[in-house]
Amino acid sequence: MTTPVVLDRRSVLAGGGALIVSFSLRHAAAQQQKGPELPGSLAKTPNLDSWIRIDADGQITAFTGKAELGQGFRTAFQQIAAEQLDIAFDALKVITADTKLTANEGYTSGSHSMQDSGTAILHAAAQARALLVAEAAKRFDVPPDKLRTENAAVIAPDGRRLSFGELVASDMLHVQAQPTSSLKDPARFKVMGQPVPRVDIPAKVTGGVAYVQDMRLPGMVHARVVRPPSYGAQLAECDTAAIEKMPGVVGIVRDGNFLAVVAEKEFGAVKAMKALSAAAKWRESAKLPNQHDLANVLTALPSQDFAIFQRHDAAVSGARSLEATYTRPYQSHGSIGPSCAVAQFVDGAMTVWTHTQGVYPDRQAIAEMLGMPQSSVRLIHVEGSGCYGHNGADDAAADAALIARALPGRPVRVQWMREQEHGWEPYGPAMVTKLSASLDGSGKIADWNFAVWSNTHSMRPGGAGSLLAAQHMARSFAVPAPKPLPLPEGGGDRNAIPIYNFPNAHVMHHFIPAMPLRISAMRALGAYHNVFSIESFMDELAGLAGADPVAFRLNHLDDPRGRAVVEKAAQEFGWVSGRRAPQNRGYGFAFARYKNLAAYCAIATEVEVDPETGRARLVRAVAAVDAGQVVNPDGITNQIEGAIVQSTSWTLYESVTFDQARITSIDWQTYPILRFNAVPDSIAVHIINRPGQPFLGSGETGQGPAAASLANAIAHATGKRLRDLPLSRKRIKDAIDA
Amino acid sequence: MTIVKVNGRDHQVDADPDTPLLYVLRNDLALNAAKFGCGLGQCGSCTVIVDGKAVLSCVTPLLLVEGKQVTTLEGLGTVAAPAPIQRAFMEEQAAQCGYCIAGMMMRAQALLMRNPKPSDAQIRAELEPHLCRCGTHMRILRAVHRAARLMDTADAASDRSVR
Amino acid sequence: MPGQLRIITGIAAIALVAGAAAAFAVAWRPQIAAMAPPRPDTFDPDIVKRGRDLAAIGNCNTCHTVHGDGNYAGGLPVPTPFGTIFSSNITPDAETGIGSWPEEAFVRAMRSGVGRDGRHLYPTFPYDHFTNVSDADDRALYAFLMTRQPVHASPRANQLTFPLNYRPLIAGWKLLYLRSGDVPSDAAKGAEWNRGAYLVEGLAHCGACHTPRNALGAERVNAQFAGGDVDNWHAYALNDTSRAPVRWTADALYAYLRHGWQADHGTARGPMAEVVGNLATVADSDVRAIAVYMADVSGAPAPDRKSPTDAVAPSAAADATQANATGAAIYAAACASCHEGGRALPYGGVNLALSTAIAGPDPRNLLNIVLSGVGAVPGERSPIMPGFAASVDDAQMVALANYLRSKFGKRQLWKDVDKAVRDARAVQAASLAAGDAPADSSQRGKP
Repeated sequence: MTTPVVLDRRSVLAGGGALIVSFSLRHAAAQQQKGPELPGSLAKTPNLDSWIRIDADGQITAFTGKAELGQGFRTAFQQIAAEQLDIAFDALKVITADTKLTANEGYTSGSHSMQDSGTAILHAAAQARALLVAEAAKRFDVPPDKLRTENAAVIAPDGRRLSFGELVASDMLHVQAQPTSSLKDPARFKVMGQPVPRVDIPAKVTGGVAYVQDMRLPGMVHARVVRPPSYGAQLAECDTAAIEKMPGVVGIVRDGNFLAVVAEKEFGAVKAMKALSAAAKWRESAKLPNQHDLANVLTALPSQDFAIFQRHDAAVSGARSLEATYTRPYQSHGSIGPSCAVAQFVDGAMTVWTHTQGVYPDRQAIAEMLGMPQSSVRLIHVEGSGCYGHNGADDAAADAALIARALPGRPVRVQWMREQEHGWEPYGPAMVTKLSASLDGSGKIADWNFAVWSNTHSMRPGGAGSLLAAQHMARSFAVPAPKPLPLPEGGGDRNAIPIYNFPNAHVMHHFIPAMPLRISAMRALGAYHNVFSIESFMDELAGLAGADPVAFRLNHLDDPRGRAVVEKAAQEFGWVSGRRAPQNRGYGFAFARYKNLAAYCAIATEVEVDPETGRARLVRAVAAVDAGQVVNPDGITNQIEGAIVQSTSWTLYESVTFDQARITSIDWQTYPILRFNAVPDSIAVHIINRPGQPFLGSGETGQGPAAASLANAIAHATGKRLRDLPLSRKRIKDAIDA
Repeated sequence: MTIVKVNGRDHQVDADPDTPLLYVLRNDLALNAAKFGCGLGQCGSCTVIVDGKAVLSCVTPLLLVEGKQVTTLEGLGTVAAPAPIQRAFMEEQAAQCGYCIAGMMMRAQALLMRNPKPSDAQIRAELEPHLCRCGTHMRILRAVHRAARLMDTADAASDRSVR
Repeated sequence: MPGQLRIITGIAAIALVAGAAAAFAVAWRPQIAAMAPPRPDTFDPDIVKRGRDLAAIGNCNTCHTVHGDGNYAGGLPVPTPFGTIFSSNITPDAETGIGSWPEEAFVRAMRSGVGRDGRHLYPTFPYDHFTNVSDADDRALYAFLMTRQPVHASPRANQLTFPLNYRPLIAGWKLLYLRSGDVPSDAAKGAEWNRGAYLVEGLAHCGACHTPRNALGAERVNAQFAGGDVDNWHAYALNDTSRAPVRWTADALYAYLRHGWQADHGTARGPMAEVVGNLATVADSDVRAIAVYMADVSGAPAPDRKSPTDAVAPSAAADATQANATGAAIYAAACASCHEGGRALPYGGVNLALSTAIAGPDPRNLLNIVLSGVGAVPGERSPIMPGFAASVDDAQMVALANYLRSKFGKRQLWKDVDKAVRDARAVQAASLAAGDAPADSSQRGKP
C-alpha cells in the first residue's frame, strides 16, 4: 500500500492552479517541512506584550484578537492567563478584538480561537510569569526555582514579597516569545479545567450593556438601509422629498444603489425606511436557479476539479458496491438579532463598533470602500447576537461607516431589519456529494470514491467588494473572485477526506466559482454536509455488510483518540449491536474529527418518527468529545449541546427559498427553525480530557456528526434512507408512504 | 407626552402613541434587556411583562400600555441582587450569545407568577413563541425549573456551582 | 317534510321508542363475530394507499387523534349540547380498537352507525354522511385503518345525561335523519361535479360543521350549508347566504382547499386549518371536484357581494371615525403594519376588507384570531400572527372589533361583543391550561 497523499491546495494554486490529476509523494513530503514556529498566534504576533500587559499599578490585562461570539472565549482566555500567571481568575481582564489594541488574528472562525489565541495567551502568560520570577530572583538574589508566586506577587522563601506591578519594568514584556515555555503541570491547575462561570452572562441576564445593539453614544442618530428587492437591482428612481420632511428625519444617504435614511429616533428611522422603500423604484435583473433542482443546477455549473486525496492498494478489491448522492440546500445563519453597527467619523478618522468576526480584514475592506488609509479606520469588536459564521455583521459595519461619513461627528447606529438579515446575509452554500464504495469479501470497505460540488465557503472581506454597501455604491466595487479555501482545513472539501483506513480511496473536489446566491462561511463550512454524507454512507455500507454501525466504524478506524470517542459515546448511550428500538423509534450513530485535525466528536441519537405525519423528533443524544486539554468543561458542553440542537434544526427543517429573482425566505414564517416543541428530552455530553495536549476547539465539531446521526436514526426507525437535506416531515412521510 | 409605568416608576416619554413599546423602552428609557429580533412578533426576543402577562413589545404600541404596569428584566433584579429567575440563568449558565435570553426569562417569569410549579411540558409549551439560534434550549429549560425551585425556597442556600 | 314538523315528529318518535317495546325490533342489531386482527401485509398496498387519501378527505384524524397521543387512538372529547362524547379508538388494536372487526362490521358502521357488537353509535360519528360512501371506498378505508399501528387505549366513557345515555334511542334518531342515497347526482353537470357531490355529501361531511343543527342535533335539511358551529368557532355559510365579501368561485375554492389560503379570502384558521392540512395530501382531482361542487352550491351571490374581478381596496387606516378613535388607533398601530404592509398572502396579513370573519354573523372567529394569534406550525413554513390577548384589554378589544366591523365589514355592529370577548378569553384560558400545543405539523404541508 502506498502512503496516502493529501494535497495542499496552496501548493496546487502556487503551481498555477492547474487541474491536478496525478501527484507524487515528493509533493507531500515537501509540505511537511516546516521551520520551528512559535505556538498559536504568537507565530504572527510574537511580542509578549501583545498578549499580556502588566501595569505598574498591578493591573493585569490579557489581549486577544479574537471576538467573543457567545462561545465563552473571553472566560476561557481569562482562565488560561490566570492559570499560567498563577493569579486568581478575577485578578485580570481580557480585551477582545480591536484594531488599536489587539493583535491581528484574522477571523474568529473555524474553531480556531482556542488553538490560535488560547495557545498564544497560554505561552505568553507562562513566559511573562517566568520573566517576573527571573526579575524577582535578581532583586531577591535568590535562585528562581526557590521562588513561588501567589496573588500576583513573587514570594521568597524568607517571606519577602514583590508584586507583579512592582516587578514589571516598562519594556519587560516587550520581548519576543520563545518557542517553548515552562508551562504549569496540568495536575496543579486551579483555574483551567474548571467550569468557571462565564464573565459575560451576568450582564446578559440583568439588562446590562452586552451587545453592540445596546450602545448609546452621545448625540447618536439611528439609520436604516433600504436594500434592493433582488441581487443586482438598479435604483431607477426615488423621490425622497416627502421622506426628508418626515418628523425627526436627519437625512437620506443615496450613493448609487445604496440608499439609507437617518433619523433622530429609531422608530422614526424605521417609519422613514418604510416610506423610502415604497418610494424607491428598482430595475431587477436577477435570475436565480430552480430551487427544487439544486443537485442538477450545481453539478451543471462549470467547476475547477481537484483530486485532493488518493490512496491505492491494488491488492484489495471490492465485490458488492453501493452508490449514493446527497444534497444540501442553501441555509441561513439566521441570527436572532439582526446585524448592527455604530460608526462615527471625526476629524478624518472613522471608528466602527461592530460584531464582525475579523476586525482587521473588515477594517481593510471598509478603508478601501471609503478610500481612506487603514490607519485612519479603527474597528472595535463589540458582541452581537450569535452569528455562526459570516452573517450581516461586516455589511452592517460598512453601512454604518458609509452613512457616518455623510454625517461627520455624529455617531450613527444602523440595525438591519429581520427581512434584510434573512434576505441579504451570505448563506451557507448548497452542496452535492456523490459517493460510491464497495465491500470486500470480509465486509470491509475495499474502495471509496467521494466527490463534492461546492462554492467556496468564504467570501469574507478581504476587499471592499465583499461588502454590500461597496457593491451598491455608485463607484461600486466588484465582488472578488472566489477562491477555494486551502487544505488541510479546506472549505467545500472540509472533511471530504475520510478519516477511515480504506485501502483504496479517491476524493474529488469540484469547486464551483459561479455563485447564484450570495454565500459565505457558515459554521463548519463544508464539513457539515461532507460528514453528513460520509457518515450516512457508512451506515448504508454497514447495512450492506450486515454489520453493526458502531463496530463497522471501529473496524475502519485506527486513530486511537477517534476510537476512544466512538467507544465512549456508544457506551454512554447504551449502544447494543443489533438492538431493535421501540416502535417508531430508531438509533443512530456518527463520528468525525473536525477538519481531520481538530476536535473528535461522536454522537449517538434516538429519534421518534410519527408514521402518519412523518414528523421526526430527536428524543435524546449522547455525545463524546475530545477537544484536547480542557480549559472550561462547561463551555465545551455548552458548545456541543448547542451544536446538536442547531444541527437538528438545520437537518430537519432548514432551506433558503427563492423564486426566479428574489429570496423568499425572509423571516421566521418562511425560514422556520427549531422551536421548543422539538427540543429533545435530554442531551448528555461526555468530555475526554487530554491534559497537556493542544487545545482543539469545539465550536464546530458537533454539527456534522449530529446531522448524520439523526439521518441514521431516522433510517433505523423507518427503514428509509433520506439523502437530501433537510430531512423534512414531508420527505419522511413521502418515503414512508412510498 | 405619554406617561408609562415601567419597573415601578412613571416615565414621561415623548413618543407617538403608535410607537412600539420596544422602542420606547430601548431608546426613550435606555433599557437594554428587551431586544429587537424581528419586529413581527415571531421570535420573542422583545418580551416584557405587562400587568403580569408576557407581551411582545415589538408589536405592542405605546397606546395599549397606558395605565398598565410594564416590567422589564431590569426591573426584576441586578447582578448584585438577582431575582430568582436571573440567579437560575446564571447558575445554569443558560446562555451562549444570550440575545434571546431576556425575552425567554420574562415569559418564564410570567409563567412562574401564575403557576409556581409548572411541568416540563408546560414550560416547553409556554416558551413556544421564543426562538434561540445557539441551541441553548436544554439549559434554558433547566434554568426555568431551577427558578421555580428558587422561588419556592426563596431563602434556600444558593448553589453557586455551575451544575 | 318541513323542518319544524320533522323535529316535532322526531320528538314524538323518540318518546315512542323509549316507551315501547315494539321499538326493539328497530333498535336491535346483531353482533358480528369478532375475528383475529388481520396481518397488515394481507392488504393490497394500492388499496391501502387509496384508503389513506380517503381518510384524509374524511378528516378522520381530527376527531380520532388527540395531540400527542397515538394516531387514530381516539379519546378526543367532543362537546355536544347533550354532553361530551369521546371519540373511539379506530386503530387495529383487538381489545380497545377495531382490530377484531371484520370488514362487514366496518362497512356497517359507516353505512348505518352500528358497532361490531350491535350497539348504536352516537351521530357525532357522522354516519349520516358516511352512509353515502361506496363499498369500495369503505373497503379502502378499512384496509388503511387495519394497517395502522395498533394502540391499546380505551377512550373515556361518554358523559351524557339520562335518557341520552340510552343507546337504543339512537335508533329513533336514525329513523328520522339517517337517509342513504342522499347524494345529488346530475349527469348534465359532468363527472367532476358529481364526484364532488359524492365527496362533499359523503366522506368529507362538510355539512357536519357548515350546516346548522336542529334541537336533536341533526343537520337542518332546509338550511344546508347555511353556516354552523364547531368548538368556539363559526363555520361559515357556504350557500348563497355566505358573507364572504368576494364571491367564491371554483378556482378560489380549489386554491383555498389545496394551499390553505386564497388571496381574496385569507387563510384557513381554527378547525378549518386542520381540514385543509389534510387535503394538502389528497389528489388534485378530488380537491378540484370538491371545489367545483361547492362553488355550485354557493349559488348566486347576494347583491352586496363582489365578484372576484372587482377591486376591494383596503381602507386607509387613518380616517378614524370620531366615535371609535380607540379602535382606529389600535388598528393603525398594531394591525396595519402587517394587514396593509403590502406583502402577499399567506405571509402578509389579509386585507381586512376581504375578511369573512369581520363580515360574519358573530365576532367569535375574529376574536379567536386576534386574541390567540396564529402559532407557528413546528418546523414548517406557515403564517405566524402574534396573539394580543395579553396586551389588549377587554375594552380595547371591544373597541377594535367594533371599529373593524364598521370600517371593513360595513355592517351593523355585532351585539354583545363584550360578552363574546369574555367567552373567547375563557376558551383560550382553558386551552392554555390544558397545555394545548399549536396544531400538529401534519396539519399543514403547504404553502
